[in-house]
Amino acid sequence: MMKSYRAARRLTNGMVYAILAVLAVLWVLPILYLIVLSLREEPGAYTPYLLPKAYTLDNYTALFTDTALFNYPRWLSNTLFVAVCTCVISTVTILMISYCFSRLRFPSRRRFMNVGLIMGMFPGFMSMIAVYHLLKLVGLDQSLIALILVYSSASCLGYFIAKGFFDTIPRALDEAATIDGANRNQIFWKITLPLSQPIVAYTALTSFIAPFADFIFVSVIMKDNYQNYTIALGLYQMITRENLYRYFTRFCAGAVLIAIPITILFLCMQKYYVEGVTGGSVKG
Amino acid sequence: MDYIDFTQLHPVRKAIVGVRRGIIGFPKTVGQFFGAIRRGIAGFFRGIGRLIAETVAAFVHGDFRTRLSFLILGLGNAFRGQIVRGLLFFLCEIGYIAYMVLFGSSFLAKIGTLGTETQQKVFDETEGIYIYTRGDNSMQILLFSVLSILLTLLFIGVYLWNIRSAYRSQQLQEQEKPLPTFRQDLHSLLDSRYHVTLLTPPVVLVTLFTILPLIFMVLIAFTNFDKDHQPPGNLFTWIGLDNFSAMFGGNEQLGYTFLNLLLWTFVWALFSTFSNYIFGMILALLINKKGIRFKKFWRTVFIITIAVPQFVSLMLMSQLLADEGAVNVLLRELGWISESVPFLTNGTMAKITVLVINMWVGIPYSMLITTGILLNIPEDMYESARIDGAGPVTAFFKITLPYMLFVTTPYLITQFVNNINNFNVIYLLTRGGPLTLDYYKAGQTDLLVTWLYKQTVEEQNYNLAGVIGVIVFIITATFSLIVYNSSASAKKEEEFQ
Repeated sequence: MMKSYRAARRLTNGMVYAILAVLAVLWVLPILYLIVLSLREEPGAYTPYLLPKAYTLDNYTALFTDTALFNYPRWLSNTLFVAVCTCVISTVTILMISYCFSRLRFPSRRRFMNVGLIMGMFPGFMSMIAVYHLLKLVGLDQSLIALILVYSSASCLGYFIAKGFFDTIPRALDEAATIDGANRNQIFWKITLPLSQPIVAYTALTSFIAPFADFIFVSVIMKDNYQNYTIALGLYQMITRENLYRYFTRFCAGAVLIAIPITILFLCMQKYYVEGVTGGSVKG
Repeated sequence: MDYIDFTQLHPVRKAIVGVRRGIIGFPKTVGQFFGAIRRGIAGFFRGIGRLIAETVAAFVHGDFRTRLSFLILGLGNAFRGQIVRGLLFFLCEIGYIAYMVLFGSSFLAKIGTLGTETQQKVFDETEGIYIYTRGDNSMQILLFSVLSILLTLLFIGVYLWNIRSAYRSQQLQEQEKPLPTFRQDLHSLLDSRYHVTLLTPPVVLVTLFTILPLIFMVLIAFTNFDKDHQPPGNLFTWIGLDNFSAMFGGNEQLGYTFLNLLLWTFVWALFSTFSNYIFGMILALLINKKGIRFKKFWRTVFIITIAVPQFVSLMLMSQLLADEGAVNVLLRELGWISESVPFLTNGTMAKITVLVINMWVGIPYSMLITTGILLNIPEDMYESARIDGAGPVTAFFKITLPYMLFVTTPYLITQFVNNINNFNVIYLLTRGGPLTLDYYKAGQTDLLVTWLYKQTVEEQNYNLAGVIGVIVFIITATFSLIVYNSSASAKKEEEFQ
């Protein structure tokens, strides 16, 4: 009896391993293929065969040497600049808003929260035309500062997860600090924030990554100012119909280069990421 | 079942009861929601009434210094020694008047017509060249009028605050109490009025970059700002509800497109939310099954796909799945097909493809999120289920799913709304295509938002985009307000602390 139970268990586990292996291949294969494509010597997006006939590193070097039309290094530094600034500004503002809604009690708090919730539902790019002309009015159109402003203001409304996290920190701590003579500003910086490492890391990570992913806002704000493109929009230009044949493999190389640091960053911060999301957005 | 019985239930049973209650109580929740809106509006007008009453009282009971601040802001405070406070009020007044005189009023004056003079080409005799006269620009008129109205509202707020502050100082002086110094005011901003400090920067940002554009786009829905009316060459003007009536009946093709895209948007949102969620959970269960080794390795493999920026993987996928792309080449070499599978070029096929690819993108993510919660389900529940003869499938549907649904409702709602507005997956994979002549400038996989995007950026039919935006916005806002405010986590907000 015991033996057959063990055998059955081994069989089901074997099946689970098989399923996991198949799934893992399905998930990783496209990414491996991206790397293979980035090393292909022949140009063109579509080939009648799967594996390249010859391999080369030219696609990578060309990204940094052939910068007349597609200035990859410039886009990279633009994106990094915007990402770092956005990360700092939006992390601070999101935490401020979340703390405010979670801990402070003031008139119309609920109303503010609901307005924030509704505004967050608004498809952002619909407002881009108006935003573009506002930025133009103050002479900020087609500039990186404009991007930072737009991203930061868009992220303000994503305070729900951080608020949920702050809600779980016991209030007794605040009260104890108040008795010791701390004001609310001090409580925020010296008590709540140090206890909220996961959510700080989560917020910083998501707002750092956002500029790497967006290309709608950039395309509306930058128009044809190629010098100020970010990486996503720049790479998107490489696979438009006119450029696809010539630049497809270079697009792959550029994509790999950008994916590597983000992947590493993400894997390092994974723990915080999970704690942040599950601690904040999910509770019974 | 009363509350005591409920609390004594096993957590999982509690979850099941909770989900059932939520579903049964939904109509009531909707009723409460509209009741709350009504109360909110009533409260708003009561608030305004109170403000007016207070202002009148301040005028009636105020001395000349308080009354002077009805005209010159901050004077009431400045006379009583609160110099900095008074000066700040005064600067607000100067700034507002300067803005209105130099900039705002010229636009605000034309808001009724949105401009009458188009740009003209005139021959300049002295220079011998054609020059353009500066005509009106409907779009700038509308945008800056909205800005001016918002600033006016803000100024009214400051104005009332100034009167209140002056009257309050007067009262304090009459009671012979000390007036708060500027230093004390600043300190209160870090303590008792800390919320003002925390909320001001975000409110300014959101007002400028979200609320102002939102009002602008809503107003655009009532104009004829389409590709034939592009200022400054052609002006646009108010046309009332014509755009809405065109959408709902006036224009058959438009209405047909809208209904079909709305339907597809819902199918897409529902299906992609739940497929990602359930399969992600199953994946998490498989990885965490007892006896499976290298858990960390498996998890990392799937997480890598989250970490790769979405636009990269999506653009790659759209190339791989093209008619001549790698997947078709692979299938042909394997001998499974003789002609290319139209993954992205056939309407029905493309819909299935985007759903499947979305699973590829989303499953690792929900796996990551659900893992932690799954581990919290008490093991003995499964144990007793097994003894009662339940197989793994039954256990999943009777225990795992109800519990998870209960705990992760907020997450699911966020996901649902995000999927209604899921621009990236659709646009980067198919660009909304394949196009069809039955639709008005839309493809078969277009969501309402991608259709909206095309109307804005590609077609410049801003009025149509405004209509679509208003509708999408009403749907998502109503939906999420109802669910958030009735969800367990909102109600239990206070209990948690």
